[in-house]
Amino acid sequence: MYDKTVRRRRVVLGLLVASSLILLTAYFGESAGGGLHSVQRGVLDVVSPIQEGASRALKPVRDLFGWAGDTFHAKGQLKDVRKDRDALRAQNIQLQAKLREQAQLGDQIALNKQYELTDNRPVPAHVIGQDPNLWFTQITIDEGSSAGVSVNQAVVNGEGLVGKVTWVSPGTSIVTLATDHTTQIGATVSESGVKGIVQVEAGHPTGLVLGSLSGKDVVRPGETVVTSGTVSKVDKFPSPYPRNIPIGRVTRVDDAGSDNQQVHVAPFANGRRLDVVEVLTKGDVGR
Amino acid sequence: MRVAVPQLVLRLVLVGIVTVLVQVSAVTQLQLFGTNADLMPLVIAAVGLLAGSIAGACFGFAVGLFLDLALVQTVGLSSLVYVGVGYWAGRFRELRDPQSALVPLAVGAAATAAAMVGYSLMQFLLGVEAPVSFLLAREILATVLLNGVIATPVYAGVRRVLLPALPEDPRRRRRRAYTTGGLSPLSRA
Repeated sequence: MYDKTVRRRRVVLGLLVASSLILLTAYFGESAGGGLHSVQRGVLDVVSPIQEGASRALKPVRDLFGWAGDTFHAKGQLKDVRKDRDALRAQNIQLQAKLREQAQLGDQIALNKQYELTDNRPVPAHVIGQDPNLWFTQITIDEGSSAGVSVNQAVVNGEGLVGKVTWVSPGTSIVTLATDHTTQIGATVSESGVKGIVQVEAGHPTGLVLGSLSGKDVVRPGETVVTSGTVSKVDKFPSPYPRNIPIGRVTRVDDAGSDNQQVHVAPFANGRRLDVVEVLTKGDVGR
Repeated sequence: MRVAVPQLVLRLVLVGIVTVLVQVSAVTQLQLFGTNADLMPLVIAAVGLLAGSIAGACFGFAVGLFLDLALVQTVGLSSLVYVGVGYWAGRFRELRDPQSALVPLAVGAAATAAAMVGYSLMQFLLGVEAPVSFLLAREILATVLLNGVIATPVYAGVRRVLLPALPEDPRRRRRRAYTTGGLSPLSRA
């Protein structure tokens, strides 16, 4: 009897492990239109309305936790904020003078900015699901191909670039975040015009690194990194990200002045706290 | 006493679906101490502790598969990790039959650590280019600690749902064996 129980237990465990390995192998072996991918699409279509409902129902709880977390976080940042305030006060005096000169241009720039975003046909969407594991590489949003969303479109929120669409069904889409290891973004340091490629920082799932720089490129902490858009003159290599979307701020530079210099960038968009995003359904519009 | 298998399966399906939906829709967006709780290993370990190794492994496989399908992730990855977690928790109960009130906390924390390290290991094996860093270890440690805090209430919740379908209350202390002192029931007769 004991032997039978042990045998049965081992057989079940073996079958489950073998099934997992078979599924893994089959998933990697098939194309995007394969059987397992189709099942995933079907499950996503069934689960996403439930997810959406649960997400809305639990929003008050999320907000409560968010408020408590923000309070603790804000207390921790008080010292830094005071230091920033003093620096900003000095800057502000200088900027006031420039502001007067540029007052007339201000309205024009604001208008241009507004139209640039409108030209990219933004589609607002709610985040209805988030990757639960440590790597936080993707989110699920409640807009899909029926709203004009398609694969490789850029996704932004009020803080900056979030990522790009990598999977679309009629009612939902999967967005792979800028902090995913497969994501590479052509980027420019807005203050100096230095160009490079932004990708996730190795071993730091929420940090980014601006790489592919030469030793002559000078980048300083505090500078802003934005998307460079399509820089190739060949039309068949367009960037999915329209230019001048803010990505993050430079926090430090390792091996500055060498060809191997690594520029660490803290992304503006917090991938763990996304509620509403916008999908830019049209790419670069010749800005 | 026989296990009410269909009733147990029904309750496990319910627990699995609710856990995945709550985890994906809410818990991942609630930050505490700079990290997020992960209900999956806690619930799977609780099922293993309550229902045994086979039920724990099957539940881990099914929940992992559902999670991978619902999140359009690599199918089979979570299943493989969670099969191990469920089976291990079940075997721990079968071999040791622990009775301490701290067991859910310790098993929950250990299951979380095993799941996170296992998942990260699988990610590395599948080609994620990220060396093991202090930050990664810190994130894992923070999640393990947070999960340790909520492990006992999660276990109590799972137990409450599954208890009517289980053959016996696994937390009930067995009557102490008649070994020392006094007369045995046989000699009394």
